[in-house]
Amino acid sequence: MKRQHIDKGVQSGFLLVALFSITALSLIMVFLFMEGLPILEHVNIKEFIFGKYWYPTDDPADFGILALIAGSVCVTLLSGLMAIPLGIMTAVYLAEIASPRVAEIVKPIVELMASLPSVVIGFFGMVVVAPFIQKLFNIPVGLNMFNASLMLAFMSIPTICSLSEDAIFSVPRALKEASFALGATHFETIVKVIIPASLSGICTAVILGLSRALGETMVVLMAAGGAAMMPTSIFDPVRPLPASIAAEMAEAPFRSEHYHALFAIGIVLFVFTFIFNLIADYISYKFRQVGEASL
Amino acid sequence: MESKVKMHTRDLDFFYGDFQALYNISIKFIENQVTALIGPSGCGKSTYLRCLNRMNDLIPGIWVKGEAMLDQKDIYDPSIDVVTLRRRVGMVFQKPNPFPKSIFENIAYGLKVNGVKDRGKITQRVEKSLKQAAIWDEVKDRLNESALSLSGGQQQRLCIARALAVEPDVLLMDEPASALDPIATQKIEELIKTLSSRLTIIIVTHNMQQAARVSDRTAFFYMGKLIEINDTDTLFTKPGLKQTEDYITGRFG
Repeated sequence: MKRQHIDKGVQSGFLLVALFSITALSLIMVFLFMEGLPILEHVNIKEFIFGKYWYPTDDPADFGILALIAGSVCVTLLSGLMAIPLGIMTAVYLAEIASPRVAEIVKPIVELMASLPSVVIGFFGMVVVAPFIQKLFNIPVGLNMFNASLMLAFMSIPTICSLSEDAIFSVPRALKEASFALGATHFETIVKVIIPASLSGICTAVILGLSRALGETMVVLMAAGGAAMMPTSIFDPVRPLPASIAAEMAEAPFRSEHYHALFAIGIVLFVFTFIFNLIADYISYKFRQVGEASL
Repeated sequence: MESKVKMHTRDLDFFYGDFQALYNISIKFIENQVTALIGPSGCGKSTYLRCLNRMNDLIPGIWVKGEAMLDQKDIYDPSIDVVTLRRRVGMVFQKPNPFPKSIFENIAYGLKVNGVKDRGKITQRVEKSLKQAAIWDEVKDRLNESALSLSGGQQQRLCIARALAVEPDVLLMDEPASALDPIATQKIEELIKTLSSRLTIIIVTHNMQQAARVSDRTAFFYMGKLIEINDTDTLFTKPGLKQTEDYITGRFG
């Protein structure tokens, strides 16, 4: 009798804790929508999303976030362009090619990169990379889309690499052996068997890496340049969504239009990362490894 | 009987690091015969089999001593191309391991990695090897379906077809039927008999009836040593050593 009571107690305890965190998260979401949606009383949703001008403090103010969205999307894509190949190739190297001893040393280093605080990376971009690319490419400002993308790539490579590495490592040995037994070289085996078999894990890794880049605030605040303009080249300064919120929230009067507009940006950002996570879930479901054989 | 030695090893030793797994194994494999390797678990018969196509090379820290020859050429000679060796010495594994690709692609894979590009030729060879593996009738209408949709027995015959597609001279089979039901097993055994008319087959098995049914010669392994090898009939009816007799009559192992 007593044992059942303890069991019940433990169950309710866990339920309570789980409910607490879920409720807190939901309330944050409710708050986000409550504070963000009122902006639609001032501008309609089309003007808000597709408006090119973001002058929140002018009179009359312009609340068009297309330039901010473009900044976010460009910075994320450009960083993906650098981080995806590097991350995946490093993962392949670690899981397949490197000797166990080398992998043992390199893997923790890659994971260590993930633990660098973003403000340090942003600072590095600001004081080291900016003057460097300014000189190298002979451009007026070093804080721009390219710089921010480079720094974001640094941040997403560890995520992409270590998750892909896990996926590649978990490809059944039997598949690898089957390929070798047919006279395939190691390279052919990697490209035609191992990567396809771990594709779902690799895709999830890429999307999680990119969603980290998309939501990252400190790096883009410090290194992207902060100009709310439509970018025309990769050396233009941009102002991604999170950077705008971080930079302006302190100055926006409580419950003003500007304040609501910033929360609405938060909603847009939330929708973006939510979609990213949905895609990641879908892909890992669709291409999931069924196993070496189902008997 | 006209008999040509297709493959042989002489005094083959094999080590996993400091652990010696095989001692002085000398066996001759006659062309177009089936040789069965029997023995209790851990006796080294699978390790020996995997020496013959250098599959053990994938494991770090192994080394091999002694002689292993295919058509009088040392397969451990540094000048030997392992990729070519593995194309000539095919392998079928214990558990069916089709690639998570279509049935067609599973068979075409070996051809593609061996440089066959002509689409027509690939299609032709896919059909031929599926027929050889006696699975063509079951899969001919669903070649583009995933190989994982097949049953276990079908998957294993698909794996045999996949090995046959690259036209090996020797086929190594590592307990090919141990994960299958009796009917699927029977099909695989029939297949082995048919294939032995033009292929040298070396099969590792736990099942002594199976060895008796399919093989021409049988080798008995114990604790990394070759205890006895003889014609299958002789080995099972008049074993030369007490140890062999005890094993085949089920007194140990």
